[in-house]
Amino acid sequence: MKQLTATNDFVVKFANVNGSGSASANELFARSVLRMGVPVATRNIFPSNIQGLPTWYEVRVSGEGWIGRRGGVDLVVPMNPQTWNKDIAEVEPGGYLLYDSTKPLTGQKLRTDITIMGVPFTALSNSMEGTIPRERQLLKNIIYVGALASLIGLDLKAIDELLVKQFKGKTKLITMNGTALRLGYDYAEKNLAGICKLKVTHSDKVGDRIFISGNDAAGLGAVYGGATVCAWYPITPSTSLAEAFTAHCRKFRVDPVTGQNKFAIVQAEDEIAAIGMVLGAGWNGARSFTATSGPGISLMQEFFGFAYYAEIPAVVFDIQRGGPSTGMPTRTQQSDILLAAYASHGDTKHVLLFPEDPRESFEFAAMAFDLAEHLQTPIFSMMDLDIGMNDWLCKPLEWDDARVYDRGKIITAEELEAGKSFARYLDVDGDAVPYRTLPGTHPTKGAYFTRGSSHNAYAVYSEEGKDYTEVMQRLLRKLETAKSLVPAPIARRAKEKAKYGVIYYGSTSAAMDEAFAALSAEGLHLDTLRVRAFPFADAVPDFILAHEQVFVVEQNRDAQLAKLIVNECAVDPARLISILHYDGTPITARFIHAAIAERLNATRKEAAE
Amino acid sequence: MTYIAKPKLRHPGLAKNKLGFTHRDYEGRISTLCAGCGHDSISAALIQACFELDLEPHRVAKLSGIGCSSKTPDYFLGQSHGFNSVHGRMPSVLTGANLANRDLIYLGVSGDGDSASIGLGQFAHCVRRGVNMVYICENNGVYGLTKGQFSATADKGSKSKAGGTNADSPIDLVSLALVLGCTFVARSFSGDKHQLVPLIKAAISHQGSAVLDVISPCVQFNNHAGSTKSFDYVREHNEAMNRIDVIPARTEIKVDFEPGTTEVVRQHDGSYLKLAKLHKDYDATNRAEAMAHLQQRQAAGEVVTGLLYVDPEPEDLHTHLGTVTRPLNRMGEKELCPGSKALADVNAGYR
Repeated sequence: MKQLTATNDFVVKFANVNGSGSASANELFARSVLRMGVPVATRNIFPSNIQGLPTWYEVRVSGEGWIGRRGGVDLVVPMNPQTWNKDIAEVEPGGYLLYDSTKPLTGQKLRTDITIMGVPFTALSNSMEGTIPRERQLLKNIIYVGALASLIGLDLKAIDELLVKQFKGKTKLITMNGTALRLGYDYAEKNLAGICKLKVTHSDKVGDRIFISGNDAAGLGAVYGGATVCAWYPITPSTSLAEAFTAHCRKFRVDPVTGQNKFAIVQAEDEIAAIGMVLGAGWNGARSFTATSGPGISLMQEFFGFAYYAEIPAVVFDIQRGGPSTGMPTRTQQSDILLAAYASHGDTKHVLLFPEDPRESFEFAAMAFDLAEHLQTPIFSMMDLDIGMNDWLCKPLEWDDARVYDRGKIITAEELEAGKSFARYLDVDGDAVPYRTLPGTHPTKGAYFTRGSSHNAYAVYSEEGKDYTEVMQRLLRKLETAKSLVPAPIARRAKEKAKYGVIYYGSTSAAMDEAFAALSAEGLHLDTLRVRAFPFADAVPDFILAHEQVFVVEQNRDAQLAKLIVNECAVDPARLISILHYDGTPITARFIHAAIAERLNATRKEAAE
Repeated sequence: MTYIAKPKLRHPGLAKNKLGFTHRDYEGRISTLCAGCGHDSISAALIQACFELDLEPHRVAKLSGIGCSSKTPDYFLGQSHGFNSVHGRMPSVLTGANLANRDLIYLGVSGDGDSASIGLGQFAHCVRRGVNMVYICENNGVYGLTKGQFSATADKGSKSKAGGTNADSPIDLVSLALVLGCTFVARSFSGDKHQLVPLIKAAISHQGSAVLDVISPCVQFNNHAGSTKSFDYVREHNEAMNRIDVIPARTEIKVDFEPGTTEVVRQHDGSYLKLAKLHKDYDATNRAEAMAHLQQRQAAGEVVTGLLYVDPEPEDLHTHLGTVTRPLNRMGEKELCPGSKALADVNAGYR
């Protein structure tokens, strides 16, 4: 058997039972690799359940710094008997298995083409005196981290530091975990030395990058962006965004003198109430948002149409998951694109942002509040479970202290007093964005009636066709204005002039970057365009027209972005070839690479014949 | 409805309140409702109450849902911002608006279809959160705008104009509000302005959730024999528990009434509610007793009106959330953004 041999380039997968406390041990493992200066990409694959079902945690160690999922597993730690057979089947030939050898293996499938390494995790944890059963269950997880540290060459000191950081001053826990770590480490040193050929060595590839989840970053972005009202309803995978906002607010938004909160967070009775509160607050001049997922977006439809038509600022974070219906609540997809773009009945169109990672989730979150108030319309940040709930290695977050919030066109009491005229829905500046007043501004001027029924430019109820179409036409022009304000697409040229292009967006970015490098190394040259917002900039159709064929890579079944492009940009659909990945797992570089290479090679062959 | 606009001319002798406003300053557009509609009387009572309380009209925000009642905010307080939301969802919009700016007075206007059917959930949750607002349900037991279907507040056995009999149990918003911990609960009748105006004033001065269920007959679709929401029926069965007066803060109170007949309740904002008891044993500050009394009277076929319950020391949502006294909508980056230095520390925490 030829053993896999790799340094700073392999995938470790932990198979656990949820509720067993494995998550923090697995994260400890990932962070200790980072502490050695070696980039990692982690993916938590978990069920919609609290205790007892299978869960997996994948750590890709990548000295090259690839942060997408690679696909395949080089070393597996199967701690869950339920999934043993499946877990072991996934290992690449020549790979490794690290298992709990306390009890002899009976009936479990084994393979002859992988290296089997046993450490008696349970026996070792049971040997720890002064611990209770629940603690021993948790310590078992730390013991396998210790064993791995020995097998792949992790720095024990780095792990110790992480334990100190994690348990902040709780000496007993730090000691207990440190002991468990060494039990695993020492056992492997003594019994398994030199067996594993997957190694981690110190590097400087992590740099100043941070390891953060998109929901955490977006919650922080909402704090930086000046959000004061958050109304939400618990739904996976968006819940941790509202919770992160809460945590960051408690840190940054509590008045040190009075102890009063410069924020209001309401857990609503459902998603409809959540968006209703967001609109009420937005109408009244507070920056407000909700975080939800597909089912919530479905429920909020009526209010989205209202906000579009009555022109009320709102920010919506859609952490997309597998649909339709309840679908796969704990799996990732980009399948709400069309639902969000045209949300609600009647003719509507909404502004969507597509952040590629937690860093952009932060940046776009803060930006969304400016856009919402500037354009007086809902802004959707289209994240997904992969970005939202996994920790990603990304560049540090930045903030320019000179930045001033763009509150949009709000007429003040002073301006009204000075005689400035006000008509709520009149296009005064030619950019299709009207002026608004906030409730309570002036005793005799500036009041208007907000309604979802048809109205004229003066906010007066009207069923006149001309009044109605005037407003509807302006709303369309307002989206044109939006084009120049939303993040522009980012183009990347191939080394050589390319006939083919690729369009992608959101969390696909990480896998696409890696696939791009692999394809060009094989001489398959493509230009790429990362779409970052809807409405689409002219650069999108221009890119398509500049190439014979354009691949559109998406994580949904129905090629939703491609359809939106065809619908909005009047391009020939025949130019677009969709590459679709929608099984609920994050798209991989291998998948994109294989799909594109297959087509390009087939075309080359045809051309050669 | 009329299409003839009221003349803009104002009689110089019109009474003015402390702010120098006349009645006319609290009016809105011309009503488009049917002539004789109970809702127009409620709009008139609102105008009267705001005038008498010396409110600045622009410091009131009016919010509503969908239906005849929800159209009315256009017909009073023309200098207030109005928000005609989607069906049954006024409470959530009002909640959000209130969170953004706690300094305004929030007036939610809804109907029985809007509040008791499609919006029952939002009604309940808004009340249990203690949002500081006046929530008026203009209750006529019928869907007027869609021409006469029963609503969820229609009494069991009541007859529709088309001849059908309602077999379903009614939803009583007053009982519901009491169960949900509402700190001000009242019922009135659009045809009794003397009772309604002081109740609206008391509700506005109450610094918590105030629910006012106002029976407001639909002259087109629910004012016939067999209806329990008709003018005649309500007049015959109306049983007022008390009559109230709102006495502004810092007014000297003279106790010149017989003990046991009148009660004075000091409210949190310093104002007083003077309750003239029409039922000697009815205690409007005891929730459990109020609930029992209400059930008994209603079972006896009475339409119980008046101030049914008040908690003089209410808590509101802002108290629960511990929000700053300054309205959130007045804060900018200086107060809200932690800045780049803090962000550097945050970054360090993620390494």
